[in-house]
Amino acid sequence: MRTLIFRTAAPYLTALMLLFSIFVLLRGHNEPGGGFIGGLIAASAFAIHGIAFGVRQVRKTLHFHPMAISGFGLFLAVLAGLVSVIAGVPFLTGLWTSPTIGGLTVDLSTPMLFDIGVYLVVVGSITSIALALEGREDD
Amino acid sequence: MGTGAQSLTFLALLLPFLGAAVAPALTRVFKHNAAWLLALLPLWMFIHFAGFLGTVSAGGTIAGGFDWIPSFGVRFSWFLDGLSLTFALLISGIGTLIVLYSGGYMKGHPQQGRFFSFILMFMGAMQGLVVSDSFMMLFVFWELTSITSFLLIGFDHDREAARRAALQALIVTGMGGLSLLAGLLVIWNITGVQQLSDLLGTGDALREAPFYLLALVLVLGGAFTKSAQFPLHFWLPNAMQAPTPVSAYLHSATMVKAGVYLLMRLNPVLGGTAAWETILPVFGGVTLLVGTVVGIRQTELKQMLAYTTVASLGLLVMLTGFGSDRAIEAAVLYLVAHSMFKGALFMVAGLIDHETGVRDIRRLGGVGREMPVSFAAGTMAALSMGGLPLFFGFLAKEEIYAALTAGSTWGLLLTAVAVTGNALMFAIAFMVGLKPFIGARGDIQKKVHEGPALLWIGPLTLALAGLVSALASEAAHHLVSSPMASAVAGSVLEVHASTVPHIGLPLMLSLVTIALGVAAYLLQDRLRDAVAGALKAIGWGPDRGFDQAIRGLLRFSFVITKIVQNGRLDIYLTVTFATVALVLLVPMFLYGELPEMPSLPGLLPHEWTIFAIAVIGLGAVVYAKDRLTAIVSLGIQGLAVALLFMLFGAPDLSFTQFMIETLSVVILALVMTRLRLSPSDHRPAGEKAVDVIISGACGLAFGLLLLKVTEMPFDATLSRFFEAHSLAIAHGRNIVNVIIVDFRGLDTLGEIAVVMIAGLAILALIRVTTPRKDRPEAAGEG
Repeated sequence: MRTLIFRTAAPYLTALMLLFSIFVLLRGHNEPGGGFIGGLIAASAFAIHGIAFGVRQVRKTLHFHPMAISGFGLFLAVLAGLVSVIAGVPFLTGLWTSPTIGGLTVDLSTPMLFDIGVYLVVVGSITSIALALEGREDD
Repeated sequence: MGTGAQSLTFLALLLPFLGAAVAPALTRVFKHNAAWLLALLPLWMFIHFAGFLGTVSAGGTIAGGFDWIPSFGVRFSWFLDGLSLTFALLISGIGTLIVLYSGGYMKGHPQQGRFFSFILMFMGAMQGLVVSDSFMMLFVFWELTSITSFLLIGFDHDREAARRAALQALIVTGMGGLSLLAGLLVIWNITGVQQLSDLLGTGDALREAPFYLLALVLVLGGAFTKSAQFPLHFWLPNAMQAPTPVSAYLHSATMVKAGVYLLMRLNPVLGGTAAWETILPVFGGVTLLVGTVVGIRQTELKQMLAYTTVASLGLLVMLTGFGSDRAIEAAVLYLVAHSMFKGALFMVAGLIDHETGVRDIRRLGGVGREMPVSFAAGTMAALSMGGLPLFFGFLAKEEIYAALTAGSTWGLLLTAVAVTGNALMFAIAFMVGLKPFIGARGDIQKKVHEGPALLWIGPLTLALAGLVSALASEAAHHLVSSPMASAVAGSVLEVHASTVPHIGLPLMLSLVTIALGVAAYLLQDRLRDAVAGALKAIGWGPDRGFDQAIRGLLRFSFVITKIVQNGRLDIYLTVTFATVALVLLVPMFLYGELPEMPSLPGLLPHEWTIFAIAVIGLGAVVYAKDRLTAIVSLGIQGLAVALLFMLFGAPDLSFTQFMIETLSVVILALVMTRLRLSPSDHRPAGEKAVDVIISGACGLAFGLLLLKVTEMPFDATLSRFFEAHSLAIAHGRNIVNVIIVDFRGLDTLGEIAVVMIAGLAILALIRVTTPRKDRPEAAGEG
């Protein structure tokens, strides 16, 4: 699939999709979206990039092994639960805080951290499967 | 009893395991002399338990324990009466001697520490078994003895024979343990108690229950495997692959008696019925004869002793099931006597082997001058085993004959069996305990001298105990035999046998036994050849049967595995989906649960269009010329469904569906390139038709199921809860996402863990199949 049009478009597509995936992830709490969907979008972005430029390129860009990203996501999700335990409420209870940063009120919460964990698990797992299938003997 | 004594008893139960933990370290520091230190543990246990002798001989019992699993009423509790106390004393007493003996016997062995550890672990398990009060504890310790026995038999695990023997013993006794568990559960079900001490108070409840026979057979399954009754005896002679201290301790003095212990323990509630008094004497009697006859054919010291152990266990089972108080007294006396003389003889056999390097009885002879202590110990043990006056074995044998001849014609038959068996055991006793030391010098290469103290303390002490206990028979009976016999019978018994011979039938039978025994001893070579010839003519034995059974089992599993795990993805998929379709469709038709056909909904034109796209996509899948087109067509259908989700108010679902469809097409396409399939499906139409039917049935089934589900009245409690609280307590307007990350966060945590594990598994599958391109079917679904 190394056609000129595809190879030219792929970087923009990938960048846009990644940005979009983060947007979807963050808006998920109030509008359609969330970690699962965001993760799938990001995984497709990496898959497209892989088809256009080869697996090695994607792996180099990602720097971490996709499975490690997945593991870090699971770690974040558990951490989100443990924060509640440390705060003295049952595991995974949602905690919220709304600090004002630069005149802007930002809602931060453990469910958000948890959702980021979900996002990373999905990105990591699907990407590593896709890359392993795309790659030939060289990976 | 006070809490102090209670915690001491608990400590006594725990101590061997603690000892097992430190034994390797101690052995590293003190080498074989660690035995002296480690022997202090069982010695202390012996002294502790001996402190209960007063209470128990006065008719009392000692009980104690803690709650273990209170919700199931399971306790960690112990119960000491005459029976368990005698066993506890035998285990700790002989255990002390065995630890010392192991110190000498295994001296210089690189794994001596591990050996000590195993022996002590076994000691703890056996100790726990005999003092257990709760069923659960009894079972756990019972299995623990099987496992430690496995470890000890296979101690020299680089020898094939040792490994086979260990596995065989584990399989046979392990199956017996399961049978025992089932039996105990049946007993619990019948009586409602799960403590042995409570069970003993239930009277005839068990005997009169309709499931009595089931309970009996299951319990016997446990007892007969552990106590090596014919035809399940074969594992015991094979267990002689273990180092000699193990043979002396586990496979003669203690563990193999666990089955007899169980029978004696349950005699008051299970015994006395026709089934009990038939099954036990028949199996016991046959085992006695088989054990002695096959034993006389053996030429290796340990094998001879092993078969007499089988025979002795048969004798004990026979006596336990005979059904008279006298027989129980006889069984008790013989059990104690056997533990002493057989333990001693095994240790002497090991001592001879250790010092001369010879185990073959035909090559042994005339080493008595160099090994005087072993000579004395061996002879005394043989005298006790042969049942000659002044020794405890004599008391036992007199009592056996007195008990058996007091009965009916049935008793006479058993008497004949007992006389034959005892005569042959007499012969074997002297072959092992006397023949190596007297007569012409055998064919021995090594320079012979007496073994070190560690090696002869054990056998000498046990042999002397056989003499002392007989001379002080009154005291022995008062402290040990009478309380134990009373516990077995369930009523107070007084044992009176003494070493002074009384003129009477038992003495006459003893004389006959001795005469036959001496004859057998003198004619041993001819007897051996005759039995060997007969066994060769039969050719088949349970030992070979075991191998055949295992081979058959392996072949059977192999065939089953080949059918179930045939390694062909298309068959897996066909079976899976056909099952799904059947499971959904058959009950619906069978019980008339088909949904009402809904009326056609009034849809807008663009909605109809999307439906049409989905249907066309499906049609394209079936008629597609090549696989890639089929995959893309499937994607069209999926995207159409996603659009429908969006139109009918499930944006989140639709969103996810879009992504899933896109990724599925990409990944399926990638899998196709990996598998290097031909671009199109070349199978004949018939095979394709089967696939079409199965997938059609699956689709139909799910369609019907969904229709049925939507017809059910919808319980909106949860929806209302989520609607009401999503924003209020979880600060989110997107209910779906709030459920995923907050209300049901724990579920999600599990799911993402599964996603990651599945990813890892797929990754592994892809890696595994990369170098093997000739087997494309194993690459997984992607």
